Amino acid sequence: MDVFSDPLNRDVYITGFLWILKLTLAGGVGALVLGVVLAAMRVSPVPVLRGFGTAWVNIFRNTPLTLIIFFCYFGLFSTLGFSVVDDIDLNNFWLGVIGLSVYTAAFVCEAIRSGINTVPAGQAEAARAIGMTFIQTLTIIVLPQAGRAVIAPLGSILIALCKNSTIVGTIGLMESSNAMKDLINANGNAVIPIFLVFAGTFAIVLIPTGYGFGWLANRLAVKR
Amino acid sequence: MSTDAVLYDHPGPKAKARNLVLTIVFGLAVLGLLYWIYSRFDEKGQWAGSLWKPFTYGSTWTDYILPGLQGTLQAAAVAMVLSLVFGVLFAVGRLSDHWWVRLPAGAIVEFFRAVPLLLLMFFIFFGVPFITEQPMSIFWAVVLGLTLYNGSVLAEAFRAGVYSVPRGQSEAAYAVGMRKSQVMTHILIPQAARAMLPVIVSQLVVLVKDTALGYIISYSELLQLGVNNLSANYGNVLQAAIVAAAIYIIVNSILTGVAGWLSRRTRRKGRAPRAAGAATQQATIEPGLGGGGGA
Amino acid sequence: MRITRLAATLGALTMALAVAACGGDDAGSGSGSGGAKGIEGKAAGGKLVIGVKADQPGLGLQSGSAYTGFDVEIGKIIAKGLGVPESGIEWKTTVSANREPYIQQGQVDLVVATYTINDERKKVVNFGGPYFIAGQDLLVPTASTITGPESLAGKRVCSVSGSTPAKRIQSDYKDAKLQQFDTYSKCVTALAGGNVDAVTTDDIILAGYAAQDQYAGKFKVVGKPFSEEPYGIGVKKDDAAGCNKINEILKTAATDGSYKKAWDDTLGKSGKAAPELDVSKLTNCS
Repeated sequence: MDVFSDPLNRDVYITGFLWILKLTLAGGVGALVLGVVLAAMRVSPVPVLRGFGTAWVNIFRNTPLTLIIFFCYFGLFSTLGFSVVDDIDLNNFWLGVIGLSVYTAAFVCEAIRSGINTVPAGQAEAARAIGMTFIQTLTIIVLPQAGRAVIAPLGSILIALCKNSTIVGTIGLMESSNAMKDLINANGNAVIPIFLVFAGTFAIVLIPTGYGFGWLANRLAVKR
Repeated sequence: MSTDAVLYDHPGPKAKARNLVLTIVFGLAVLGLLYWIYSRFDEKGQWAGSLWKPFTYGSTWTDYILPGLQGTLQAAAVAMVLSLVFGVLFAVGRLSDHWWVRLPAGAIVEFFRAVPLLLLMFFIFFGVPFITEQPMSIFWAVVLGLTLYNGSVLAEAFRAGVYSVPRGQSEAAYAVGMRKSQVMTHILIPQAARAMLPVIVSQLVVLVKDTALGYIISYSELLQLGVNNLSANYGNVLQAAIVAAAIYIIVNSILTGVAGWLSRRTRRKGRAPRAAGAATQQATIEPGLGGGGGA
Repeated sequence: MRITRLAATLGALTMALAVAACGGDDAGSGSGSGGAKGIEGKAAGGKLVIGVKADQPGLGLQSGSAYTGFDVEIGKIIAKGLGVPESGIEWKTTVSANREPYIQQGQVDLVVATYTINDERKKVVNFGGPYFIAGQDLLVPTASTITGPESLAGKRVCSVSGSTPAKRIQSDYKDAKLQQFDTYSKCVTALAGGNVDAVTTDDIILAGYAAQDQYAGKFKVVGKPFSEEPYGIGVKKDDAAGCNKINEILKTAATDGSYKKAWDDTLGKSGKAAPELDVSKLTNCS
């Protein structure tokens, strides 16, 4: 553990995980919003919206995230000229957030769509019978109930998102996996303690998070 | 809700008109976006023939893309079988009556589920040789990393599947004198596997995508050969990446398609467990179990 | 029980695949066996595994089914000097991060892959050479006003994450903004797209990119190296004999014209004259 008594190395470690935290939070919000919109599209009465949602899910769910992050830099930024801020790190951070959001939204969309399937058909039929529109049926009746059913899968997706944010390192952000690589390069004799500290940090945060979501899902489950 | 169509009425004349307007407006917006992307690519010269032409050469396919794809599929296939085995073993382990089996199995599954695969592969390749003082082949470093992570996720899927089998099934099996191992192998696991098929398949898709991380330790897979090495010759990184992405999408769509066909087949036979309704519901609701996983 | 049968078939298939993959691997990493130690013992068997880069134009590049470049030619010279025919060489792709483990673990017998000799690395591997003295330099668009590392203030500079050039920019030229990728090809693509103002690494690597057809006339190497990077040939730490043998072979190559030919056939094509191989600088292999 001598490696981490050096304040410089500790800085590398802390900065790495701060990036992971920020990526997870921003990417999580983006993916949730986008995922709900996509799910609404996929169950909507308009065929072109349904087709768009389906295409999105099939394309982004089946492409490695490494490639999606790559496209965010070389496609979105480099070729299409989309840029958020001038600062290199911060811009790469936002490009990473966009990549994580579009990728994770595909999974969120599918989770919510199957959550919608758990709501009994009678609920939507009743809503329609009293004259609610599609948007009203979805937002007032179906989604709130579906939301409870998808807490557990959404939790797993959030955890996966957190781990996936290490991949943003490929466009240069010094997040935890690059930080670990850096430390290992400089301290070849301490490979194992370095790995255990990095892996352990993920495990200590993510395992309780997983159980927390499981507990929440049980508590909020719709009793039928 | 078996069909999504129950969310809205059959469109009347007004709704039809509204849908048409929405279709046109949204359709135009998408087309506009696609055209904008096309023209920006054009402006930057990304459609230049010299960048795309390499994909018409035989050597591009026989020396880079196909060997890369072979590397990807080889690692994925071996890791798939190993992680299914790992998944079953550790699911059974976690369900064991003996605490000295249950606890370690649980700890291992939870740990490998929580550690990013990128860190794991990196450690197996660079760190493990320090402990074993044996060289670690890249192929097995990739396969081992994939197995530990995806196997752990599958273990949880199998465990959830076993819970979805009605209690009466195992009680009946014990009643006819089956031993515990027999109940597991003959009654619970086969039904759990069938109930959890959608989850298992989406995890296998994740596994195929995760092989892409192998390029970080220079395993010769699709990204390493088909994007990195190829574009070093022709300077066409973006184009090579688009082709590679298309290949991944095709491979994974085939995998999903086969799985869909398989599950429809088993269901039609009417041999699905009685809990099929509940189980598939649970299954379809959990594609995110390992879902967002990996690269 | 159709599923069972399917699973069985699948299992059998996978085993076959695994065995095939494994076999391929074994052929590659079959070093370390045999009685004689080091690369000389290995070469006596008529076979040699050489690690080279696969994505570095002009130095080590996979072109089709073969490898080309200056490093590759140097590898051939060493193999020939050890009595191994060209058909007995197995080329293996190495990346910067796995050169030391590959040598230590015996996955390759020697590494000729833009491998800078430094004290840190000397602790774990033994270096023959240097066969070339490179220096960190800048690759910029032809019209750029950047004239050296001093004029980098406020500019975007690209390099590979965790590499020595990247570290040097971070510590010595703090005013430059550093963009890092996992490969230099991505840096060069970003340079071509105008997203970064310069790419920095060893001049010889940059020259390789500048000479590519794709980028002909677009880039120039600034030509003011601001570091000294002696390229060595890595072998196992305890293989001093092999290292000495490599240095002997290099001494011969410096005088018999084969070193010059290696340069002329690869990087020399860009018009740069062959450098002198300064045999007085060769390592003492301790």
